Amino acid sequence: AVLKKRLVKLVVNFLFYFRTDEAEPIGALLLEHCRITKEEENIFSISFIEEPERKYCFECASEEQCQEWVEALKRASYEFLRRSLIFYRNEIQKMTGKDPLEQYGISEEARFQLGTHQQ
Amino acid sequence: MKLNERSLAFYATCDSPADNSGFLYKRGERHTAYHRRWFVLKGNMLFYFEERESREPVGVIVLEGCNVELCDSAEGFAFAIRFSGNKSRTYVLAAESQAAMESWVKSLSRASFDYMRLVVRELEKQLEEMRWGPAGRCGGSREPPGSWKPKQCPERLPALPAILPKENGCAVWNNALGAGQAPNTSGCGGNDDEGTPRPPPLPPRRRVLNGEAAVESPSTFCQLHERYSREVARLRQDWLEKQRGPRP
Repeated sequence: AVLKKRLVKLVVNFLFYFRTDEAEPIGALLLEHCRITKEEENIFSISFIEEPERKYCFECASEEQCQEWVEALKRASYEFLRRSLIFYRNEIQKMTGKDPLEQYGISEEARFQLGTHQQ
Repeated sequence: MKLNERSLAFYATCDSPADNSGFLYKRGERHTAYHRRWFVLKGNMLFYFEERESREPVGVIVLEGCNVELCDSAEGFAFAIRFSGNKSRTYVLAAESQAAMESWVKSLSRASFDYMRLVVRELEKQLEEMRWGPAGRCGGSREPPGSWKPKQCPERLPALPAILPKENGCAVWNNALGAGQAPNTSGCGGNDDEGTPRPPPLPPRRRVLNGEAAVESPSTFCQLHERYSREVARLRQDWLEKQRGPRP
């Protein structure tokens, strides 16, 4: 496989990639239901649940940069954010007895309920 | 621009629960006729299908950087998703009832990743203040100043550990976290590198006193006010009653 140099930008739950001298992205990856794997030195890969054998590989300039990206990408999904929200809400509720989402008027939303979405 | 369309389609049609779904009329781009489509909102993505049973969406609207507003046109129950910028596009949709319209406008206006991130950051801040007190946030106790990195999930909080069921290394949709569990950072779910679940972090200096968990860490002024104001209110009540004395 040929390695191509790309400018890569993580914006919300999308990973955009650009040719280094262009302003418009060539493409984007939606980062949901995906797995970020640290491969060999300086390399990580992204694969998706519906096609796990297909890996999008990225080689970084350094091991440090690689770790930084792996950590950032693992937290990039909307689903991760949602689970974080539910976790923090639960923690705060345990400590204070109050639901911190009430002040935002979103405490009744189905998407934030513990245990309503089970698989 | 290329997109991992297959992944998008999978996300749209997999059995993870939708945040909202239903029939809406969508006004065409070139021809202003309305087409009835089946809409599915998941996260910050609004997918639409030709039919409810369609196996693939015909389109998707990414709900970032947009405004959701009611239409003042006479077309019943219409609302718009408006994007700004050069290549701006406004999607005009119409629901089949007032209730449906209100439900959609509410869920769409809070669907963005940015909104979620804002709420999560606020909750993180609250939790930190409860654990470390407001002084801890000014770079005092824990980390050298300037180490605050405005990432999506600042590293100053203990890493959110994982105890979620895995499927192909990805967390399945599961909000049933149980006690102290949290989303993890290996894959999009799963366990640490060795595959063993890490226990959730304990809040600092938490002891059980008389059967109640008591947080010993420095309280915020709010908590102190709360606690002492209750005591003062009670004392005042007692005093007032004594003043009134027994009445015939």
